[in-house]
Amino acid sequence: MTTLRHLLSTRDLDRDTAIGILDVAEDMADVARRAVPKLPVLNGRTVANLFFEDSTRTRLSFEAAAKRLSADVITLSAKGSSVQKGESLKDTAQTVAAMGVDLVVLRHPASGAARTLADGGWIDAAVINAGDGTHEHPTQGLLDAYTMRKSRHGDASRGKDLDGLKVTIVGDILHSRVARSNLWLLNTLGAEVTLVAPATLVPTGAETWPATIRHDLDDALDQNPDVVKMLRIQSERMNAAFFPNDREYAREWGLGDARLARLRPDTMVMHPGPMNRGLEISTAAADSDRSLVLDQVTNGVSIRMAVLYLMLGGAA
Amino acid sequence: MTLLIQGATLPDGTRADLIVHNGVITERGSGLSAQSATVIDADGLQALPGLVDLHTHLREPGFEQSETILTGSRAAASGGFTAVHAMANTSPVADTAGVVEQVASLGEQHGYVTVRPVGAVTMGLAGERLSEIGAMARSRAAVRVFSDDGKCVHDALLMRRALEYVSTFGGVVAQHAQEPRLTEGAQMNEGALSSELGLAGWPAVAEEAIIARDVLLAEAVGARIHICHLSTAGSVEVIRWAKARGIAVTAEVTPHHLLLTEAKASTYDARFKVNPPLRREEDVRALRVALADGTIDIVATDHAPHPIETKECAWAEASFGMVGLESALNIVQQTMVDAGAFGWSDVARVLSVTPAAIGRLDGYDAPFAVGSPAHLTLVDPTARSVFGVEHLHGQSTNSPYLGLELPGRVVATVHRGVPTVLDGVLRDPAEVAQGAAVVAHG
Repeated sequence: MTTLRHLLSTRDLDRDTAIGILDVAEDMADVARRAVPKLPVLNGRTVANLFFEDSTRTRLSFEAAAKRLSADVITLSAKGSSVQKGESLKDTAQTVAAMGVDLVVLRHPASGAARTLADGGWIDAAVINAGDGTHEHPTQGLLDAYTMRKSRHGDASRGKDLDGLKVTIVGDILHSRVARSNLWLLNTLGAEVTLVAPATLVPTGAETWPATIRHDLDDALDQNPDVVKMLRIQSERMNAAFFPNDREYAREWGLGDARLARLRPDTMVMHPGPMNRGLEISTAAADSDRSLVLDQVTNGVSIRMAVLYLMLGGAA
Repeated sequence: MTLLIQGATLPDGTRADLIVHNGVITERGSGLSAQSATVIDADGLQALPGLVDLHTHLREPGFEQSETILTGSRAAASGGFTAVHAMANTSPVADTAGVVEQVASLGEQHGYVTVRPVGAVTMGLAGERLSEIGAMARSRAAVRVFSDDGKCVHDALLMRRALEYVSTFGGVVAQHAQEPRLTEGAQMNEGALSSELGLAGWPAVAEEAIIARDVLLAEAVGARIHICHLSTAGSVEVIRWAKARGIAVTAEVTPHHLLLTEAKASTYDARFKVNPPLRREEDVRALRVALADGTIDIVATDHAPHPIETKECAWAEASFGMVGLESALNIVQQTMVDAGAFGWSDVARVLSVTPAAIGRLDGYDAPFAVGSPAHLTLVDPTARSVFGVEHLHGQSTNSPYLGLELPGRVVATVHRGVPTVLDGVLRDPAEVAQGAAVVAHG
């Protein structure tokens, strides 16, 4: 397992490092079940959440994770901050770093922003990419893998990978940083990935990716997947001719009630949230026994605790 | 002022002494001597006609924090250039006689290079109405190249009219071939790498489709057309087809598209962000072949200076462009001459004679002939050095080559008989300006 200086993408994670993170997350999940779900391991360390893009869920998850490890947390959201006055990534990061920050959690609308911050030599702090443009969202990829592993192996999860697990990811692959983080990590962990989308939402060159590309969701479901992961469709895509309208999208690529009924009882239904109920996923699917959507949220905190611990705990 | 250049190797491979007096080559031979001449020992040096860049951004007026006519002229001279064509995307835009005359006269005062303003095709580069092309052509700046570079003249009817109207004045439209709708928000070459990096793709077809349309338009109206910064293998095929058909098209390639590939984007280092973007290895190969076989006529730098803060940021927020005047000859030597694709006479063709002909710039058609204006550069092709900021003489340092070892060194540059670089050192602005004034007034 290599040392985690920064966490910028799942593409750079080797198998042992990834499994190591998932295993530490198991320990962190155990902590959450205690009467006082808190560890003193990051006492005196400071984590800064720099959010240049709105994301209440991811920000709250990182905050909860840092606080459970007893770190101090400062949060800067783009709204109402100097970021909106045109302050650059460099200046904002240096300003926060000057306050004595050990680790920066960065959410940014530009792909590669976390890498630029990590490589720039502007700050000494470690960097976690909490979503950069349409590039990656590695902690989401990790929490999804954790959720799949837990659902399949339960208490015997530690040390295991996802060998042979058939994962079908459906929707806006083109714009999805989550899909990219899923793809690389699932592939590293031995899962078989299928991507399903209209040709307009399949990235150019995706045929070179370690995945099967399909356009027809029903054909994909005929392959009997273990996991069906639906991606969020953002409303602005409908105005850019990626598909005609939401009704046609829901008919062709939505996980509606009829498609839900075709799944095995133990098929995992996942979604990174926030969901467009009735568009990419029906309410019945979102709320069904197969749905792991809330497990994903819970596991997100464990994964982020694990990553923070591995990046900061050792040097405390 | 008299110069005696001894033992230079000319582009055709012969060795000669040259005497330059009052801005003109007055003698060519061997064992020449001249009284009270400045002697340049050119033994072992390759002589080239003064380099001509058809595509430079000098930024003045309006963006003097990036470059000025003086700093850009110095960058050009240090790279062996004696003439540059200054693109129109200044502020105000070069769309009137007043702006182009000012740019030309500032260039003349500084004296390092001949500054030839490029006129905007459309007012304010807005792509809606033709600019005062006739006034610019008839002004003291005698503009012959018209371009909205940075933006594509994408409206087909307007492009047709521009081709026709510019031909009226013996000029040429230099098209920045980029279909705007296909490249909205585009950040890098579209392909598997852009998909992995999550950067919006700039597809090759957005360049190729415009070139295909425009060569057909040029044919239909009987005008000539020049295509800026070709970047894809497909564009090469379209140009090859058009030339075979007899269409009056010329094309340029930048040094960076001859050397670098999209792989440079993988670290999100915005020094490598440029428009059109760096492409694939197979595109680089096709561009080199096309330059060697004449399908691509010239190398032009697209020198695009930017201040540091516009590159020290996330990729999508960074400016497009690289400086290139100081390194163009090194890159052409490395990618073409040292690679065995062509020789120094071809360098003279693609970096001097042909760009001057496309721009209707006088004085470059018979280099090293007695009676020709003395625009020349002397290069030491055996030198090698690590390219550093000390090699940059403009205002900006956004070079993609910093840290690379490159071949070749400009030892001397002579513009209209006035040395602008001597012993590899850029001469002082006052000396150059004074020398230029003396030559200009006899």
